[in-house]
Amino acid sequence: MLEIRNLHAEIDGKKILNGLTLTVKDGEVAAIMGPNGSGKSTLSYVVAGRSDYTVTAGEVFLNGENILELPPHERAARGLFLAFQYPVEIPGVTTHVFLRTALNAQRKARGEAELKTAEFMKLMRAAADKLSVTQEMLRRPLNVGFSGGEKKRLEILQMTLLAPKFGILDETDSGLDIDALRVVSDGVNDLRAPDRGFLVITHYQRLLDHIKPDTVHIMAQGRIIKTGGPELALELEKNGYRDFVADAA
Amino acid sequence: MAAVLETLETVKSVDVDAYKYGFVTDIESDKAPKGLNEDIVRFISAKKNEPAWLTEWRLDAYRRWLTMTEPKWARVDYPKIDYQDLYYYSAPKTHAGPKSLDEVDPELLKTYEKLGIPLREREILAGVQGAKVAVDAVFDSVSVATTFREELSKAGVVFCPISEAVHSHPELVQKYLGSVVPVTDNYFATLNSAVFSDGSFVYIPPGVRCPMELSTYFRINEQNTGQFERTLIIADKGSYVSYLEGCTAPKRDENQLHAAVVELIALEDAEIKYSTVQNWYPGDSQGRGGIYNFVTKRGDCRGDRSKISWTQVETGSAITWKYPSCILRGDHSRGEFYSIAISNGRQQVDSGTKMLHLGRNTTSRIISKGISAGRSSNTYRGQVFAHRKADGARNFTNCDSLLIGNACGAHTVPYIESRNSGAVFEHEATTSKISEDQLFYCMQRGLSAEEATALIVNGFVRDVLQQLPMEFAVEAQKLIAVSLEGSVG
Ligand SMILES: Nc1ncnc2c1ncn2[C@@H]1O[C@H](COP(=O)(O)OP(=O)(O)O)[C@@H](O)[C@H]1O
Ligand SMILES: [Mg+2]
Repeated sequence: MLEIRNLHAEIDGKKILNGLTLTVKDGEVAAIMGPNGSGKSTLSYVVAGRSDYTVTAGEVFLNGENILELPPHERAARGLFLAFQYPVEIPGVTTHVFLRTALNAQRKARGEAELKTAEFMKLMRAAADKLSVTQEMLRRPLNVGFSGGEKKRLEILQMTLLAPKFGILDETDSGLDIDALRVVSDGVNDLRAPDRGFLVITHYQRLLDHIKPDTVHIMAQGRIIKTGGPELALELEKNGYRDFVADAA
Repeated sequence: MAAVLETLETVKSVDVDAYKYGFVTDIESDKAPKGLNEDIVRFISAKKNEPAWLTEWRLDAYRRWLTMTEPKWARVDYPKIDYQDLYYYSAPKTHAGPKSLDEVDPELLKTYEKLGIPLREREILAGVQGAKVAVDAVFDSVSVATTFREELSKAGVVFCPISEAVHSHPELVQKYLGSVVPVTDNYFATLNSAVFSDGSFVYIPPGVRCPMELSTYFRINEQNTGQFERTLIIADKGSYVSYLEGCTAPKRDENQLHAAVVELIALEDAEIKYSTVQNWYPGDSQGRGGIYNFVTKRGDCRGDRSKISWTQVETGSAITWKYPSCILRGDHSRGEFYSIAISNGRQQVDSGTKMLHLGRNTTSRIISKGISAGRSSNTYRGQVFAHRKADGARNFTNCDSLLIGNACGAHTVPYIESRNSGAVFEHEATTSKISEDQLFYCMQRGLSAEEATALIVNGFVRDVLQQLPMEFAVEAQKLIAVSLEGSVG
């Protein structure tokens, strides 16, 4: 469960989150929609612990524990995963090496045994097949020269392997064609579980056709301005953000 | 991949300032008095029972050295060295030319263990049969253990301390010693010629592919002992050899001078691959007590179609002054230089290579990866030269620098000179920083800042690591992580 209470955050002296409050329960899929620049990516970064943002007020609880003081890798080890809007290239580091290094780092941090090469390969192959990630891709340096769609599939592959307690997907649908959108959505749906929550950030209803949210939140100017069920997304699709944002102002 | 994980563990397990190999073995030394004069040179030569020509050769070098001055052009800064305040000879007392490993001091074997010499090689030192890396262990100045000589000698390969080769293969030593790095080449090489202690000698006969990787571990152990290793490798026509050199040193308060000379000679169609992992004590966080590493390494592609390849991983030393070079004399000969140079703390590195194209259709390739962290300074200095007669000469150079933090410096100083209008020289250079985006991405996946840095750096140097023999590459990855310790906040 992810609980965000009255979160205020800024970067380079610019206030971006302005008292954001949001709770996503275990098993729940919450969608956040909002205009460009409303602070959606900032929210995901602050929750994941990116150090160049300053939290000026508020709290973030992951399964009851306040995680704001923890460095990013400890939040990750506690089960927080962020699928990046713009996955980062790591030249020279083979994708499968990266995956294994990350998985074992988390296992170690949790006091679990590291996976042997053979075990890991089996796990990785199975997950990769489902997401149409080829072995050839896994042998290439992480995200280097990958297409937008390939990068997003790889993000979901990582989420599958790391099996987090809570996943944040930041515009995972951007840059995906219809087929890739289906593959990625299936990947996420497979991970839906009673003890796992998701926060899905998107601009478009079309993703929510595939990943059916339980709740929909509209974000503007660094706050949640309206919360509802799946119908809210449809309404948005029809009328745009203008009415909501105007109401909130 | 396992290596990456191991790398990560190593990063965690090492404290700042706790140099892993900072220990001292107590084997009594048989020292010459401090200082340098003709008598000391004669003493060294006499201790080794050298022939008259070599004594004269040393004395000639010494006299020339007196007329020379220390070079100042490198981007390094260190207190003046008092050459009269150093010892120029020391040898373990137990040394009496042991015939088997049983005769080797157990202290020494323990030392190898602490040094983390790969198990297989320790097994060889312990006398276990079957492993395939030959170790000519140089302990301080004198080689005390030489293994697998027999198997090598079956192939006709000579691999022994150079002090021994002087007696067993005098004609080869006399013919080739100083033929690549002349006595007067530079201040440190000339000093080495006068007082060189010991080192490896390798001769591969015509057409022979050396049946194993040859490996030497160097270690500086005596306080105030200048180290003057001398290595000579000759690959005769159509032969091949791969030679590995690696070293670590115990912690010391006083700076230790190291001025080695390595000479490689490749005759027609021969190939020499020389790999180094250098991990000498870099000094503490204030830069005190590290090794001064002033090395002259040069290969001569003397025969047509010969090839010499240098691969180095430089992580240690307070000061590194080192330019493994190739003289491409034979037509169609090829020189390669692959380098990873890491500087952290207050380390100063000025390193690079020279590719001198003399013959026709000669080719060379330079791949240099410099990583600077802390308050260190890291300079790549490279020279590519084509002689008037070097028709068809080609060079490709790629120099990449990676900066960690804001207090370090990276510099690239290429000298390019072509006297042949047909020569084609290409030069690429980049400077980058580990980005916040990369660090955060890795950390979001569960890596600590240090683990993330080690991983990203290992990616940065991958092209060069791949040039190293497998086992060496694993060791190198560990060193990279250890040397970046404390570089991220
Ligand atoms: N480093 C920064 N300095 C100043 N403003 C920033 C910085 N990073 C992001 N912003 C601003 O913060 C706002 C929110 O950005 P972001 O969280 O990426 O929005 P969204 O993901 O909703 O499109 C934008 O106006 C953006 O320009
Ligand atoms: Mg965004």
